[in-house]
Amino acid sequence: MNAHQNDTPILRAEHFSKTLGGRKILDDCSIRMRPGDVKVLIGPSGAGKSTFLQCINCLIEPDEGEIWLGDRKIDFRNTRELCGLRERVGMIFQDFNLFDHLCAEDNVALALRKVRGMSKAEALERARMELARVGLAERAKLYPAQLSGGQKQRVAIARALAMDPTVLLLDEPTSALDPELVGEVLTVIRDLAARGMPMIMVTHQMEFARAVATEILFMEHGRVIEQGSPAELLAEGAQTRTQDFCIRLCDLCGGDASTLDGEGGTASLTPNAECPEA
Amino acid sequence: MHIFSTIFEALPYILEGTLVTVLLVVGALFLGFCLGVPMAVTQVYGPKPASRLVGFYVWFFRGVPVLLLLFLFYYGLFGLIGLEVGTIGASCIVLGMTSAAYQSQIFRGAIQSLPAGQLKAGRALGMTDGQSILHVILPQALRLSIPGWSNEYSILLKDSAMCFALGTPEIMARTHFVASRTYEHLPLYITAGLIYFAITMAGVTLLRRLERKARIPGYNNAGM
Repeated sequence: MNAHQNDTPILRAEHFSKTLGGRKILDDCSIRMRPGDVKVLIGPSGAGKSTFLQCINCLIEPDEGEIWLGDRKIDFRNTRELCGLRERVGMIFQDFNLFDHLCAEDNVALALRKVRGMSKAEALERARMELARVGLAERAKLYPAQLSGGQKQRVAIARALAMDPTVLLLDEPTSALDPELVGEVLTVIRDLAARGMPMIMVTHQMEFARAVATEILFMEHGRVIEQGSPAELLAEGAQTRTQDFCIRLCDLCGGDASTLDGEGGTASLTPNAECPEA
Repeated sequence: MHIFSTIFEALPYILEGTLVTVLLVVGALFLGFCLGVPMAVTQVYGPKPASRLVGFYVWFFRGVPVLLLLFLFYYGLFGLIGLEVGTIGASCIVLGMTSAAYQSQIFRGAIQSLPAGQLKAGRALGMTDGQSILHVILPQALRLSIPGWSNEYSILLKDSAMCFALGTPEIMARTHFVASRTYEHLPLYITAGLIYFAITMAGVTLLRRLERKARIPGYNNAGM
């Protein structure tokens, strides 16, 4: 894990609030990303994690809040700036959202052509390169319906990476996968972290979060109530809400809560050694 | 065999009418498609006033008989605005505008049946809403629309017989003309019926073939 220390945040989401149907879903949430940061959002269902993540690239428009890319504030009501922001901030969805009518390489190439203005040949070349990086060079011509869940999510990751994002947002990237397919996706994400790709991730894969995260943000009722390194929040006897939540999560799933004690992640990435999704 | 000789004599005349019918239907379907797709997109994604306007258009054209629309436009409206398009042109425009109302609802249903994540994924990659709709939503929605569209084709084909009331020289008008002179009603109308039947089958078969060709690999017949 490489947490480069650098003082200028590459992305700042400041003081986000969102009310939907009279209920406050997000209440003054902020996050700052520096190069190499991998931040994990955890918390109970309905805490606002996904909403927060989708506000960062304005798929859900926050009622209040500011987004800064580097030292430039994004006016997300301006279509051009909004598209520019989304081009720089990649997103991985829980249910993949591959374009069902396009084969894997066309899925990756579409935005390169339409947003980047690349020629078809250029875009396809880049697409094949990105697919090779996630181990899917052989599957470039297959359609989403012909791929397994894990392969689909890897195509989605290749599609996001092809745009050279500044930050990658991952919204429960393994929650829709069969347990035996979780490992292949986590391996790709771990490699990204090792290469220093800044990421914000919502996940219930606690063992994985502990291994790759530079910071964990624990959310409840639309607020970030605890924030710190995995070592701080999950240390033995830390008495944090985060730790409490993780232990309950593992108890519920029949996992071994003791893996959450102690220093440092053992990073055992075989799926069955982890808590399954809650 | 007086009957057959009447049919043989009338056939070239009626077949010429078949050409007119095909022209009407192809023209009206094309016009309906060109209007129907943007109408569907507007109704789903457009601002409220625009979406309401489309709703009103659909409500009007679906609520009034085609025959009334033909008279209303040909004798009323077109005269009022001084549009000289002839009976074939007028029939084509009225059928096309009616078809647009129905087609827009076929496309709207298809667009709304797509998972919301498709548009989200397009947006998340930095595509504008227009680009996402054009390159992600429509290619999928149009595929899903083919079965409904083939229904619209067969209904429109038979609605085109109504244009006979304007004196449009299509199958029905010509058959009626011959029948009223020769009094061979039964064989002549059966002949006309068979021609309609043949065009319907040909078109539906063609669309079925298109549907198979456009099928996304990996999806089964059930669609998902």
